[in-house]
Amino acid sequence: MDTCKCNTKIRNLTVKKRDGILLYDVSLDVHHGEILALIGRNGAGKTTLLKALLGRIPYTGSITYSNARGEMIEKPRIGYVPQNLVFDRSTPVTVADMLCANTSNFPVWLGHKKEKLEQAEKMLAKVGGNASLLPKRIGSLSGGEMQRVLLAFALEPKPDLLLLDEPVSAVDRRGIEVFYDLVTSMRAEHQMPTILVSHDLSHVEKYATRAALLDRTILVSGYVKDVMKTPEVQEAFGLKLTGGAK
Amino acid sequence: MINAIYSLIDFTLPFEWTEFSYMKNALLAIILITPLFGLVGTMIVNNKMSFFSDALGHSALTGIAIGVLMGIDNYLISMMGFALLFALCISAVMNSNTSSADTIIGVFSSTGLALGIVLLSASGGFAKYSSYLIGDILTVQPSEIAMLALILAAVVILWYFFFNRFILTSINADLAASKGIHVRRVEKIFVIVVAVIVTISIKWVGVLIINSLLVLPAAAARNMAKSMRSYHFIAVGISLFSGVSGLILSYYTGTAAGGTIVLISAVIFFVSFLATKVRTKA
Repeated sequence: MDTCKCNTKIRNLTVKKRDGILLYDVSLDVHHGEILALIGRNGAGKTTLLKALLGRIPYTGSITYSNARGEMIEKPRIGYVPQNLVFDRSTPVTVADMLCANTSNFPVWLGHKKEKLEQAEKMLAKVGGNASLLPKRIGSLSGGEMQRVLLAFALEPKPDLLLLDEPVSAVDRRGIEVFYDLVTSMRAEHQMPTILVSHDLSHVEKYATRAALLDRTILVSGYVKDVMKTPEVQEAFGLKLTGGAK
Repeated sequence: MINAIYSLIDFTLPFEWTEFSYMKNALLAIILITPLFGLVGTMIVNNKMSFFSDALGHSALTGIAIGVLMGIDNYLISMMGFALLFALCISAVMNSNTSSADTIIGVFSSTGLALGIVLLSASGGFAKYSSYLIGDILTVQPSEIAMLALILAAVVILWYFFFNRFILTSINADLAASKGIHVRRVEKIFVIVVAVIVTISIKWVGVLIINSLLVLPAAAARNMAKSMRSYHFIAVGISLFSGVSGLILSYYTGTAAGGTIVLISAVIFFVSFLATKVRTKA
């Protein structure tokens, strides 16, 4: 086994809203180098779990992040790649503005420091983009370009947890493969714990190492192959009826 | 200090309109207030909060009324207090996601306005305070100019250190939160800044047009900007240009300065809007 102990632990996480319980007693571990696929029907609470991980909604229970030496991280950095980034498409924010605002303290309304621009260029190169994206407005990017920029944004500074929320829903088929190849190579290189939310079981089987089925709470979790065979997953995705995916 | 600046104006701008000291004061105030509005206005437009700053302007009337009722001489204190309370209430209600934000702001806005009118008319006639509706930049005093300079400096400093957090939050709050930015705190700071500059300027710019001055330069700049930097420089440029030219024009045409300034920025907005339309078609 590896010596790296970086991980993310979720314990007894419960999220309540006025009109009911959104999540209860969710416990989940994501370790170094793992890609955990979070699957479940619409409304199962996947987005709620992500919001809790991002600290955007109140919850009970605990979420702890550990670094390579197994020490707790007080202020975790999360690399978040949302499914369709909701933003104002007419904003004059450029790719360079967005990437530099993340890595630099120098205010982007005064421009960019040269070394930060070079860093942004490197970040883009890492995810298969290039410098020509930098001066583009983020509202003018194609789905695939936006996903790359978001991945570059998520990976710098190196995150303690990578969260991919249906990361390819706005990307065409070729783009999907390219994106997942990138994620796989990122995993090989950085080995950060990764949570992947996906509807597409073929992606999950191909790219994830572990899987967890969520429906208000974790119904099953384990290695992808084992989880896929469980009756819970078969039922949730209607596989029994169609007789597919063995 | 102020006399030195006056003689500098006399020396550099030896025109008829700068002969009077109230015009000199107004010019100085505009040189300070327009970059402030340009800078903050861009972020208001980014955050789609133009309706919010409008509501804040309306709440100023209630703030004045409270000041009158409490017998405070300086309405600025009661206005500021009420506007801050008002702003934090709106942002709290908006964050609770109960119903659509623009409806909530609309309700707050009309309540702020109506309450102000009722309280002011009850305590001795509304007409006395109607000057707050359109404002008068020509009444600005040297001590107030000094205060504006301080506020401009404070906002520039704040924008220097916090802007990147502001902009990431305005692109997408979840994305900002993933980088460890305290989204709620950033939003509150911004709301407070808007409340402070709106209430301070209301006396000179007026309840009815303050929002146009905040929003129009930024909206026009958005049509032309290629990046955050050009967005801000163009917005501040338009704001400054329409402020100074509006003041001069209003002197010669005998019109209200605030309205004239807004009209000039509106013309710039429409020209830039049409120019972008033509350019994107070509």
